[in-house]
Amino acid sequence: MAEPRVRDALNRALADAMAADERVVLLGEDIAGFGGSFGVTKGLLDRFGPERVRDTPISEAIIAGAAVGAAMSGLRPVVEIMFMDFVTLAMDAIVNQAAKAHFMFGGQCSVPMVVRLPHGGGISAGPQHSQCLEAWFAHIPGLKVVCPATVGDSYSLMRAAIDDPDPVIFIENKALYALKGDMPDPPAAVAIGEAAVARGGRDVTIVTYGACLGHALDAAKALASAGIELEVIDLRSILPWDEAAVLRSLQRTHRLIVYHEAVEAFGPGAEIAARMADIGFDELDAPILRVGSPFAPAAFSKEIDSAFFPSSARLIEAVRRILA
Amino acid sequence: MRKQKAESGPDTAQLPRWLDFHRSMHIIRQVESRLATLFADGEIPGFIHLSIGQEASAVGVCAALELADTIASTHRGHGHAVAKGMALDRFFLEILGKDEGACRGRSGSMHIADMGVGMLGANGIVGGGLPLAIGSALAHKLKGNGAVAVACFGDGAMAEGILHEALNIASLWKLPVLFVCDNNGWSEFSATKDVISLDLPQLARAFGIASRHLRGDDVVAVAEAAGQLVDAIRGDGAPRLIELHTRRIRGHFEGDAQRYRHDDAADREDPLVNHESRLLRAGVTPERLAEIAEAARGEVEAALQIARAGRAACAVGALDAVYAQRGAARYG
Repeated sequence: MAEPRVRDALNRALADAMAADERVVLLGEDIAGFGGSFGVTKGLLDRFGPERVRDTPISEAIIAGAAVGAAMSGLRPVVEIMFMDFVTLAMDAIVNQAAKAHFMFGGQCSVPMVVRLPHGGGISAGPQHSQCLEAWFAHIPGLKVVCPATVGDSYSLMRAAIDDPDPVIFIENKALYALKGDMPDPPAAVAIGEAAVARGGRDVTIVTYGACLGHALDAAKALASAGIELEVIDLRSILPWDEAAVLRSLQRTHRLIVYHEAVEAFGPGAEIAARMADIGFDELDAPILRVGSPFAPAAFSKEIDSAFFPSSARLIEAVRRILA
Repeated sequence: MRKQKAESGPDTAQLPRWLDFHRSMHIIRQVESRLATLFADGEIPGFIHLSIGQEASAVGVCAALELADTIASTHRGHGHAVAKGMALDRFFLEILGKDEGACRGRSGSMHIADMGVGMLGANGIVGGGLPLAIGSALAHKLKGNGAVAVACFGDGAMAEGILHEALNIASLWKLPVLFVCDNNGWSEFSATKDVISLDLPQLARAFGIASRHLRGDDVVAVAEAAGQLVDAIRGDGAPRLIELHTRRIRGHFEGDAQRYRHDDAADREDPLVNHESRLLRAGVTPERLAEIAEAARGEVEAALQIARAGRAACAVGALDAVYAQRGAARYG
């Protein structure tokens, strides 16, 4: 078989979870017959039937809300919201209902649901089809937020998310769906909240996730020839995030850059930087830097879209600054 | 039982059921009357929304339900919780913010839930319970357990898009849902007729959902209609809707001075008085009715005393309860 892509890994994880547990059901717009806007659910209708692979109306609020009620009543729903931007229409279910149920009802029930949200720009999809809104969800106690960047992690984190007793926001990067990579056999178990060291290095720690992982590794390769060794941490989970892994890396490199596609201001990097400035202050040889998208909506124009993307060149520039 | 004709005059076969309605409505009325005084006395903080005047709806609808059926309620949800079978001490412990409460003091009145009796929660968001009932109905359908989910809403929620989405998907997917609207004429502090341009019969028809629309001040009529609708849902799996025209005797919340209020819904009777008249006509003595009401008062008072003696909820343990997975994420 050809080397699998991220979308194949997600598809296989959904299929394996559905085969293993009949409580797992899929809900979303055009996920059944059409196989999903990004092809992630292709073939699942034929294999598992229309009761468990359900095409929904274009009604994000009821899709997410019904998933909450279904999870409270014993199912394990996995919801696809076609683009992360459309989740604005489903926020009550996620924020006011799903996130709070376990706490608010005194532990009488949990809400084991997964909300799949494709995020990210770079495809000229424009201001309402490109956003990286993960910081919103990471700000809500009761949710978990993951964002895999590799084929193997896409599989493993999807299985972990479906098995999890809590509501999980599962962020998929649109630019990564076609990315090829290794699929370990048997698949590795990855716990939510566990980062991975994607590349070891002694000089600067880069904490990243999603599409920026590849760009960070490109930057590391480019800088290695100049004798600068980046350590790249793939966060994989944004809530909870692997504070210990980041701190361990900081203890080796003493320099930290947080790098993500989400808008830099008030982004996930702000929390990571603040926390490391607090618990890792004595380790720091330079101020923590952040590299993210500028404070502007994404744009349709290819020129603007790519200019706004936090490229590896911008990361390299930040590395030079932090080492200066 | 409920398949028998309810409005066929004095009918001794119906009497035990009618007396049970009398008792249940008195329990709810007494519960909420006590909540009003506890709130006024400062013993309960926050917000309390009472359903006084709407008891026939909760009791009549829940009379058609089994334990396995589920109900997603509204901010005005005390009646639903009690009528669905929530134990009164568990109820009061929660509303007084006690650790032994059903929700360990974290929900209070506005989100009170008791999963053990299928009460999926009152809800602080107008229309918030609707999608929960839809999802619960989907679970019932896929499990094939024959249970029905009840989606409660008020007339104010007719303006929420989620109701329209819920009606559409319930009809489309043939979900075993009973939509129940307590139409008290008020969208919080505004008359519903001033803020909504359609009525529920139109809306139900638009989505192809069979519906009944009746006065909500007659518990026997409500129970009869709800029973028929629930039987129909269990029969063919398709959703139904019932709209009950009720009177919100109190304000939107306790402490509401109601300066906006005019003499609305005067034609709708107090369902307790209404039902008592029926029982008297059926030959039940006033003494017997008073005795039942008094017993209800005693039951409520006993539960309240148990609740008052409970332990206050604890913030320390609460931090560990944010996730079902213990210790999943703790900050600060």
